[in-house]
Amino acid sequence: MKDMPQRYVYAYAVTRDCAAVAGALETVTGVAAEPVGGVRHLGLMALAGRVPAAEYDEGALSERLEDLPWLEGVARAHQRVVDAVTAAGPCVLPLRLATVFHDEAGVRAMLEDRGQQLRSALDRLDGRTEWGVKVYAPEPTAAPRPPAPRATTSGRDYLRRRAAERHAHQEGERRAGEAARGIHTTLAALAEETRLYPPQNPALSRHPGRNVLNAAYLVPWDSAPHFTSAVTGLAEHAPGDGLRVELTGPWAPYSFVTPDTP
Amino acid sequence: MNEHRAPVSYADNGPANLADILERVLDKGVVIAGDIRINLLDIELLTIKLRLIVVSVDKAKEMGIDWWENDPALSSGARSNSHGTPRIRESDDERRELRERRELREEERRGEPR
Repeated sequence: MKDMPQRYVYAYAVTRDCAAVAGALETVTGVAAEPVGGVRHLGLMALAGRVPAAEYDEGALSERLEDLPWLEGVARAHQRVVDAVTAAGPCVLPLRLATVFHDEAGVRAMLEDRGQQLRSALDRLDGRTEWGVKVYAPEPTAAPRPPAPRATTSGRDYLRRRAAERHAHQEGERRAGEAARGIHTTLAALAEETRLYPPQNPALSRHPGRNVLNAAYLVPWDSAPHFTSAVTGLAEHAPGDGLRVELTGPWAPYSFVTPDTP
Repeated sequence: MNEHRAPVSYADNGPANLADILERVLDKGVVIAGDIRINLLDIELLTIKLRLIVVSVDKAKEMGIDWWENDPALSSGARSNSHGTPRIRESDDERRELRERRELREEERRGEPR
């Protein structure tokens, strides 16, 4: 019987084969606290580390992906590796979480099979990073669960009051949506591409307020100062509309690895 | 080429929040089938599965992991409108609003002098 391998190879991202990547990897550790190195093939490099096979085989993975503290640890470590190389400058194509191979030969086969697609994405995204912008509106105050009508209030008065509250609530939402759309339009003009995400749950993001815009912008390095100061300007203006603007980044171009197909 | 000109990090809020990271590492990035083949389908299903286990896992509730419910691909309750701004109102509110509007109309009809 063939022995099970003790280690699999977890691939984080693909870059062009260059010295800056190797340098950036020296201090970073991966999802299993393992050192991360480059698997080089045909001018490409997969950032990869050896992880315990028992934790990353099919059965274990499908169970552990639902283990939320485990998922958080892996997601953060995955992002840490991608971040470390992005900060060093080279274009990084992040792979989706838990892309796992039996060995380095499997990684090289992938680089060969997908080489054309990977190179074309690296060309398209070189010198660009992703910025995230979220806009928050105040929590709705007019649409909470309605209190039970008091005995002194007629059913009709109660329903009328509810209708007025609802109207105020809808007006607030309309204004927040309009302002968020204006912010997106302004920033989209400064970006090469944009992607819209579903709104985030406030409990998960730990931010107060309702997320009314959650967008990603692909911005060339040269334009980044312009873009970030535009966001800062919008953020300063936003409280006038009752909104809060938050900027994250620069991220590796996660949202843009697939070309926009209108 | 462009090395050493990458913009500096704008991490004024400390480390990125979990929602920002999960929406990228789970849902974006290059999709490649590794040798461990299950992961592709698994991650496709993960967003849906997490919505299900959220009911039974207290930790998940604490973390509020149900933002996938707002994913237009997974839910008809929160589709984006034509301008791409996410819709805000939830379907429960819509249902309640319709009911209350109907009730108000009936109340007013009943109260009108003949």
